[in-house]
Amino acid sequence: MSYKVLIVDDSKLARMSIAKLLAALQPEWVWVEATNADEAMARFAENGADIALLDFNMPGRDGLALASQLLSLKPDMPVAVISANTQHEILARTEQIGAAFLPKPLTQQCLSTFLASAKQRFQASV
Amino acid sequence: MAKPQAIELSELERDALTELANIGVSRAATNLSEMMGRQVFLSVPAVAIVTNDHAAQILQMQEANSLVAVHQAFVGDFSGRVLLIFPETNSLALVRAVAGGDLPLEDIIELEQEALAETGNIILNGCLSAIANMLRRSLSVSLPEIVRGSGPDLFELPEADAEDVVLFLYINFSVNDHDIRGYIAMLMDLSSLESLRHLLRELIQRTIDEIPAVTHVA
Repeated sequence: MSYKVLIVDDSKLARMSIAKLLAALQPEWVWVEATNADEAMARFAENGADIALLDFNMPGRDGLALASQLLSLKPDMPVAVISANTQHEILARTEQIGAAFLPKPLTQQCLSTFLASAKQRFQASV
Repeated sequence: MAKPQAIELSELERDALTELANIGVSRAATNLSEMMGRQVFLSVPAVAIVTNDHAAQILQMQEANSLVAVHQAFVGDFSGRVLLIFPETNSLALVRAVAGGDLPLEDIIELEQEALAETGNIILNGCLSAIANMLRRSLSVSLPEIVRGSGPDLFELPEADAEDVVLFLYINFSVNDHDIRGYIAMLMDLSSLESLRHLLRELIQRTIDEIPAVTHVA
């Protein structure tokens, strides 16, 4: 089963890095990239997505605001906010809205765990 | 007027540098937040290659008032200076927030120098070590020093020429529930820029090359 992942980060290098890890872990999955929250919502409206990986600190709306918006439209979607900013408030708000928090720089191990739980959620809902 | 740029970073090199700075200051903000027990908000980093003079002007345009900064020099494969800068009027509030609210004013004033240096040390080291780790290099960092004055005073170097080209990177921060805000700034000289660019290319190459070993999670 192939899933579509929405990757949102203002840094091209960060998007490359996330896509690389994703391709290594789940070669059959596809992804779409966006550089900010507005672009991400446009991509999501056009093509939808099954999973979202969102940078926190971006120009315009941050990753948490974007995560809330995506989850309000698709409450079951596995969403992760990725940041080196591990302040308690950010971790707490991420948890509160029902998203996962992954520390940056993102490691393969960390992404792998998140994707595995996402897959479990999909399989459980089938 | 800035003289023509001696070094042009490619789009991806600049992107990598901004991302490194972002990770560095995010780590620094986490440290500051833990010390103050308050949330710290960060802007997106701005990166510019400008003259020393112009860097000071950029800061002065945003802050006309008197500033206080914790300054640290770093030396390694690339060298430069980092500064934690805020309006001088914020200084005591920052110390109060870090030291706890109950201290009498005279103690706060007495503590100011030391508390600023220690706060700056933790924040700036957090930022630099995150950057150094990602570039897989080590940097040695000098002891913190407190500097007071306007933009040009903070960026003045005894051996530097106002026309010297530097890499200037800065981020705004503000603290929730306190009237505290400021900047984290980093300046690197031209010779360091060449080594930094080399390290950025290595980082980019690693990102492109390193397809991690495929270990599927069932």
